[in-house]
Amino acid sequence: MDLTILLFLVQDGVTNGAIYALLGFALVLVFAVTRIIFIPQGEFVAYGALTYAMLQAGHVPGTAYLLPIFALIALLFDLYAERSRITGGFLIRQGIEKIVVPLALLFAARELAGVSTIASLVLTVAIVSALGPHLYRIAFQPLADRSVLVLLIAAVGTHLALTGLGLVFFGAEGLRADALTDFSVDLGPLPVSGQNIAVYAATLLLIAGLYWFFERTVQGKALRATAVNRLGARLVGIRTKGTGKVALALAAGIGAVSGVLLAPMTTIYYDTGFVIGLKGFVAAIIGGLASYPLTAAAAITVGLIESFSSFFASDYKEVIVFTLLIPVLLVRSFTGKHTEDED
Amino acid sequence: MTKPLLSLSNLSVSYGKVEAVRGVSLEVFAGEIVTVIGANGAGKSTLLNAAMGILPAVGEQTFDGASIGRLEVEDRVAAGLSLVSERRELFSSMSVEDNLRLGAVRFSEREAQARMAGVFDRFPRLKERRRQEAGTMSGGERQMLAMGRALMAGPKVLMLDEPSLGLAPRIVADIFTIIEDLRKSGVAILLVEQNARAALNAADRAYVMELGEITMSGKAADLANDPQIERSYLGLH
Repeated sequence: MDLTILLFLVQDGVTNGAIYALLGFALVLVFAVTRIIFIPQGEFVAYGALTYAMLQAGHVPGTAYLLPIFALIALLFDLYAERSRITGGFLIRQGIEKIVVPLALLFAARELAGVSTIASLVLTVAIVSALGPHLYRIAFQPLADRSVLVLLIAAVGTHLALTGLGLVFFGAEGLRADALTDFSVDLGPLPVSGQNIAVYAATLLLIAGLYWFFERTVQGKALRATAVNRLGARLVGIRTKGTGKVALALAAGIGAVSGVLLAPMTTIYYDTGFVIGLKGFVAAIIGGLASYPLTAAAAITVGLIESFSSFFASDYKEVIVFTLLIPVLLVRSFTGKHTEDED
Repeated sequence: MTKPLLSLSNLSVSYGKVEAVRGVSLEVFAGEIVTVIGANGAGKSTLLNAAMGILPAVGEQTFDGASIGRLEVEDRVAAGLSLVSERRELFSSMSVEDNLRLGAVRFSEREAQARMAGVFDRFPRLKERRRQEAGTMSGGERQMLAMGRALMAGPKVLMLDEPSLGLAPRIVADIFTIIEDLRKSGVAILLVEQNARAALNAADRAYVMELGEITMSGKAADLANDPQIERSYLGLH
């Protein structure tokens, strides 16, 4: 192996690792706020990539139709749950959130498909992140007070359902999008594409953004507080039902961005998200489902190990990556710091 | 006659088949300190948790003239009812300042800072420890923080569940001084205590709870001199 190959492998590993880091952040975020081990995060990535690829090719993506359907089901759930205390204000808020916004996004997708890269990007993030809160309302809110295990089972079910819906709405064929930009620079023997730079920039921006949100804003602190002590949060007047929706909107948004970044680099199928999501999951577990910097470091490590093992033993690359989990879990079980937090 | 701020009438709470609170009626008027005393397991905490909306209850609940029986915890806080629970329920891995800021989560940064200054005046100890993690503080400091956090929401009625539990006598005295001060500043207090003597000394009116039911009520001073209460709750001194 010469230096050029080494550099290529490192670049490949860091780029993939950055995307795993984005997924890992979403998992840490969702777990911290809702205690859900969010298996379907990979589906958001696949949905993001496929939505973006279809919009770029001038087609209306399946997610644009899926969104009003999800919203309608969530609306029925809310109308039933609140049936004894429905007010005019409630109906207006629900109507805007669950009818006007989804239909407006569907209309925008029909009008703006294929118009420009920026329009496709913005629409993709808007549509996919709008799916998050409705998904929470339908699949997780009724179980919000149940154990981590029950929530995990619901998450697995949601993953299977979303994979199936992906097949229905996108079809079995894989798609690949055009690169965000043709820009490229050479660093010595190594060409660095605009796509690579976009991946690094998005990861760094998200780390900074999440840090700012959780450490500096009241809304972010309220999300953290809900994770630390749900009853305490309710006692100060934080609407804990709303925090789950915010967390899933953020996670879906991060998934959509990861999908957009990934779509020009590899062909994405309706079920590609799962394996990508699992690698983000490995990183998040190494980070104890609690630490963003540790998750980022672990994700880059996972990316590097994957890229080197695909060079030396490509048949075993997934095996090697997932085997990583075993020593990490062993060490964690001995050091035993739990994320459950009580006064 | 003025109307009560908080009124519970014929309130019952069940855990499965067990009725922990049976047909309890209770009122708190503006500017009052009202206490509910009773043995461990009499249903006092259950009563407060039901009034806060944490536990589902059967019966009438009104606050400030409006029915609150169907309101969620969050809406009761917004209406002006706050609970400092027996377990304090602090955000233990967050700083004192963040805990207080979240107490006023509905309010603007400016309003919250003004309220925080008020809380720091009342609890100078919290000001000294503003950057410390809540979970690393002593029991008395955590009780003060829990009360300060509840005050950040600007409650009209503050419900305190066993505020003296597990605290040293000197700190218990501090807590009761603060409760008196709060009443003077216009916050009505509903106090649940096992420390019956201190509670009856501080309160205007009192209810006695036994096995989920109210068995006696009246002026706190009268109850403090009642021979039966003296035998059951105050010890023979």
